[in-house]
This record gives sequence, C-alpha cells and structure tokens, in this order.
Amino acid sequence: MKKQVKSALMWTVVGVMLAFMYVPILILIIYSFTDAKALGVWGGFSFALYADLFTNSSILGAFKNSLILAFASAALATVLGTSAAVGIYYLRKWKKTTASFIANITMENAEIVTGVTFMMFFLALRLPYGWTTLIIAHTMITVPYVILSVTPKLAQLNPNLYEAGLDLGASPVKSMLCVVVPQLVPGMLSGFVMAFALSLDDFIVSKFVNGSVETIPVYLYNALAKRGADPTLRALSSVLFVAVLAVLIVLNVVTEKRRKAQFTAK
Amino acid sequence: MATVTREKFDNIIEIKNVTKVFDGITVVDNVNLAVRRGEFVTLLGPSGCGKTTLLRMIAGFELPTAGSIFLEKQDVTAMPPHLRPINTVFQKYALFPHLNVFKNIAFGLKLKRIPTGELDKKGKPVYRKFTKDEIAEKVERVLKLVGLDAYGHRDITGLSGGQQQRVAIARAIVCEPKVLLLDEPLGALDLKMRKDMQSELAAMHKNIGITFIYVTHDQEEALTMSDKVVVMTDGAVQQYGTPKKIYDEPANAFVADFIGESNILSGVMKKDFCVEFCGAEFKCLDKGFGKDERVDLVVRPEDIAIDAKRGMLEGKVVSTVFKGTYYEMEILAADYQFTVQNTVDRAVGETVWLSVEPNGIHIMKKLKTVNEFIGTVVDETLVAFGGGEFEFVNDGTYQKGDAVRVKVPFDKIELTDDEEDGSVGANVTQTFYKGSYYQVQVYTDDDADFFIDTVDEWDMNDRVGIKIKPEDIAVEHTESTELEHAQAADAADASAQAETEKEETEGAE
Repeated sequence: MKKQVKSALMWTVVGVMLAFMYVPILILIIYSFTDAKALGVWGGFSFALYADLFTNSSILGAFKNSLILAFASAALATVLGTSAAVGIYYLRKWKKTTASFIANITMENAEIVTGVTFMMFFLALRLPYGWTTLIIAHTMITVPYVILSVTPKLAQLNPNLYEAGLDLGASPVKSMLCVVVPQLVPGMLSGFVMAFALSLDDFIVSKFVNGSVETIPVYLYNALAKRGADPTLRALSSVLFVAVLAVLIVLNVVTEKRRKAQFTAK
Repeated sequence: MATVTREKFDNIIEIKNVTKVFDGITVVDNVNLAVRRGEFVTLLGPSGCGKTTLLRMIAGFELPTAGSIFLEKQDVTAMPPHLRPINTVFQKYALFPHLNVFKNIAFGLKLKRIPTGELDKKGKPVYRKFTKDEIAEKVERVLKLVGLDAYGHRDITGLSGGQQQRVAIARAIVCEPKVLLLDEPLGALDLKMRKDMQSELAAMHKNIGITFIYVTHDQEEALTMSDKVVVMTDGAVQQYGTPKKIYDEPANAFVADFIGESNILSGVMKKDFCVEFCGAEFKCLDKGFGKDERVDLVVRPEDIAIDAKRGMLEGKVVSTVFKGTYYEMEILAADYQFTVQNTVDRAVGETVWLSVEPNGIHIMKKLKTVNEFIGTVVDETLVAFGGGEFEFVNDGTYQKGDAVRVKVPFDKIELTDDEEDGSVGANVTQTFYKGSYYQVQVYTDDDADFFIDTVDEWDMNDRVGIKIKPEDIAVEHTESTELEHAQAADAADASAQAETEKEETEGAE
C-alpha cells in the first residue's frame, strides 16, 4: 500500500516536471498548424505557415547558412578535437590534467563571455566579422565536446595498439591514421553530431561575430526584434525541434545497436 | 678467415651496458647480453624486474638512458621501431579490431618494401611492394602454420583467446623478422591452452629458425621452452645460461630460490671440495673459495637421499605430502627444515638420516653482508640515509650537512612490527631461509634497499619499521666527488661481473 502511494507520488512529480518542460513546445507545434496571427487563437487547421516558411527566401537563406556553418565547424572540430584528445591522452601526470582542464574551459565558461572575447579578439586581429569568424568561433566552442566524446574511446584502446602498428612497419603518422583512428570513429561520429547540434543551436556567440551572415537563431532573434512574434516563427521552431529530436533518436539507436553487436560478439 | 669469426661470434643481438631510468628509478641496470642467431632466449624474473622494459628497448619502443643495442653488428639503439626488422607478439595481442584475420596478418606485408634486385641510375637498389597474390599466398601459408586455415575472413572480436594468440603470432612471423620478441604471450590463456601453446611455440621456433626472445615470469615455461635463460631481478642480470645450468648451478641464492624448489643454506668452505653446514662437513665439487669463506649453498629437494640408519645428518620427519609421482617431505635436521622429494614415503615423526652426494651441493658466493649507503649528517646526533634519520655516535668530526658513507651489517638491524617504532618504514620484498636465520630484503619509500639477517620470519609485503642501535652505524667521511667515484666504481664492478658471467657461459659451451 505504502509502496503504491510512493510510486504514485513519484509519477506525479515526474509528470508535472515533464509537462512544464514540454507543454509549451507542444502548444507551439499545435499552433504551427493554424495561420492565426496570435498564439492561442485557433483559426482552423492549415499548412499555410509551413508554406510560408519554405517560400520565405530569407528564412531559407538563414537555414542554408546554419547548415553550412554547422557542417564546416563540426568537421573542423572533429579533426582538431580528435588530435587534441590523442595528444592529451599520451601526456603524463600534471601535463595531462592541466591540458584537459584548459581544454574544458570554453565549455564551462559563460557563453556571453566567450562571445565578447571572440568579438574583441577578431577586432584586434582586424578580421572582418562574417563566415571566417563564425566558423572559427563555432569550431572553438565545440572542440571540447569532441574531446569529451573521443577520450573514453582512447581509454578503452589496447595500450599496445599504436606500438603494434609501428612494430609492423607503419610510420608514426601511418600507425596513428590506420590503426588508432579507426578505433576512435564511433567517438568521433558522436562528437561530430554533438558539435553539429551545438553549432545549429548557438545564438549568443554567433550574435557577436556574425557580421552580415544570418544563421537561424540569429534570424529568429532579429525577426522577433524587428517585427514582433511573426506566426511563421512557430513553424520554424517546430521544424527545428523535430529535426534535433530526430538526430538525437538516430544517434541513440545507432549507439545502442553497436553496443549490442559488440556484446553478442564477445 | 672472416667467415670463421662470423660463425664463432654470430650474435644477432648484442646489448651493451644498457641502463633505463624512469622518473629517477633505475628499471634496467647496466645489462650486458648477447643473443646468438636462431636461439630461443627467455628473460625470466619476477614482475618489475625490468625484463619487459629490456624487451621494449630491443623493439625500439623505449630509448635506453645509457648503453647501446646492436642488431647484426649495427647500432640500432636510436632506430625507430618501424624501421627495425624485429616484430613483437604483445601481451594482450594488440590485434587490430577493425580488420579481419586476413587483413591483420597482411598489415605488415602491405607496408614492406623488398629489393627487386635491379639498380636505378644512381646505383641504388630498387624496391617494390608485394603483389596482392604474393600477400595472399604468404598469409595463407602462415595461417596454416598456426592452424587457422579457414579463419581468414573472420572478425577478430569473435575469436577465442587462443585463436587471437595464434593470429598475433602469425601477424608477427609473416614479416619474416630477424628477431621475434614475445612479451608474456601466454599469460592470458588457461593452463591447458598454455601447455599446448608452449610446445607449439617451441616447435614453431625449430621450424622457422627465427631468433626468439621471450619474456615470462613463469620459471617452468622458461625452463621447458628455451635454449638459454636470462634470470633478472631489480633490473640486473643474475645469471645467463642454459636451463640445465641455471637449475643445476644457480649463481646465487636469488636464482636458486626463483628456479624450482630448493634448500638454501649458509655454510663455510673448509678447503677446496669441502664445505661445512648444519654442523657436518660435506664433500662438494667446488673450489677456489678462500679458506673459511662464508658461502651460500643450494641443495635441490630431489638430491637429498634418505636412509633409516646411515647418513650425514639425523632428522625428524615433520610432514609429508603425496605429489603424484613422489612424496614431498619436510625434515627437521640440525635446526634446518629441509624440503626433500623421494619416491619412498616416511611416517611423520620418524627419525631418518639424510645424505647428499657431492654433485648435489652447489656452492654460491655469498652476496654482501653489510648494507652501504651514502647519507648526510643532519645534526650532532642524527644522520640521514635510506629515507630515514638515525641516531649515531658522533666523534665530533661530523658537521651538519656533511656527506658520509654509512655501513650497517645485516645482522645489526632490527625490524619492528609497528612502523612507528623504527626510524623509517619499509616493505618486505624477499625472504630467504638460510638454515638458522632468515635474510630479509626490505625497501623504504625512498626505494633504498636494506638487507637484514634475523631469526624472525617476515612475510612478503609486510610493513615494518627499521631500527638500528647508534653504535652499530659506522660512518665515514666522503667528499661529494667521492660519491660520484663510488657510483662509477659500482657501475664498473657490475659490468665487470656481467663480463665474467658472459665469459663463463660462453666458456661452458
């Protein structure tokens, strides 16, 4: 009896919490299927907002920018992050702790501070704000996440693997690329996806260094600031939410499958 | 003429005065070693004795702190591993999980360049890669050799430990290395599989004729498989010789204790071919010791004869255990508990007589009997050495900060149960029973070794305190320059000793 009460209480708490988190998004999604101007007024079911969304050239442009930026910076971050993870892994003692601590700072730093820092840094370098600054900034803020997802894969490696490559005649670079890196691919992939998602999502840092390039979050903000709550934004937010959710689900399914495959193999 | 010399000294690997220091700790200490072409040589010793580090220096994964390594007379000390014609079978195999069995084995072949026999315009030899067919043929052949004919397409992760082991060996020998290094390759296998692989490895060594250098801590494995065994402890070679020589004529108490069951006693050489121990004089085959020189001696349990009436020593049977083909008995005689193996069983409590034939007694030079340290005077009554501060008798000539040489005899040190009761804490690493007392080796947290002769028994890894009476600490002045001299002299001594050992083993053949 007591147990049942306890469990009921627990589910209530969880339910309320989830409701707080997801009801607003749910409402937004529901109202993206009606073309009423204000939220909360139901003007009949319609795809009008979506039609608007996919014909609005500035939204589509921002969308394209966001994808290119996310792809470029995630690719760069994967390469840099993997090299950094390998480098840090083979350091010893205090050098290792220091290096991994420093690598994590941008992750824990307040984003506004990171944004301002990049802004001033690029200004000092006389680098015009735009694609270059965006890609650099996004790469730098996502590198720690790649390091974080590659490091556990390194720890699982047989410590002699790299040496086995050397032993069989591969040069240090070749042994790293042909023997060690293939073992890190799962970690690199999840690091890439994480970096991609973070870059898509980033607003604060982008806002400081974007120049004339508008990404989706920046577009959203500018649109809100200029014209108030444009109903098209409901459709846009819904699309973004569903897209990120899809990526997350795919990532989970893939890793689970891989884990199971490994388990049955052993 | 040249070919004669070549045959006589056809050493494929020569290790000269190699030392390796990690973070101030000497792991390999001035090792000299020569390995003949085609031999199966085993580096044997307890864990942490430096055997694996020595192997890794031969492979090229570690750079010696001092000394050189030669491969076929060529100095390869600093040559990176991927350029050495040496391959390694790693302890945990280190197979490439993303490649199947065939591709794992082909990995080294794909990277190999072989001379075509032609010369280019500048007169340099032209190299080519193996063709796909050549690689396939070599891989198939080596798969057959290790008994995995149909496994080429299999995934590595699906193989059993024994199969992975075979792939690791195949992957290394397919490259036809000049030397194959094996780092405890059988350590991860179960007992039955290990026995099978032992004989397979030995057979493989005979068939392919490659020089094997094998690392293990398993003395049985070392004795059954190898042509030569190198017994190591504390980074130094204790003995190098054939398994039979090492078993029959251990160079010192450590080797005797490490290799097989043995009775290690303390004795006195009365004259050539005559040694006294347990209060009786025995004939032996050794000479060249000083008169009344204290020696260590080893008697193997199977070399002791038991008789009901006649013999050299009277003893009483303490225990007896049946071991399958023989009985192992503990017999107390002259205060020493002998381990004796015999096919005839004796009842516990029975009085028996023990005797040993001259060729059953092996005399060994006694290791040193006095601990020596370099220390510093802390104040008028205290001297610091070996990681602790000890009270000593100051005749007034020692000032604070003076560097001094400190000597403490083995039997003047007391070990205490409670670390706090001693001047410094230490861990027990080895204990030898020497007939009427134990010789205990301990090391302090500063990694200083102390030897102690005591009647008490101490267990490995016991934490103890070291206590020394002030009057038992002998202190001498030393200049800081003398300190360096002392170290240099030590090194010279050690290398001279290694040289003699080498000569002995070579002379023995």
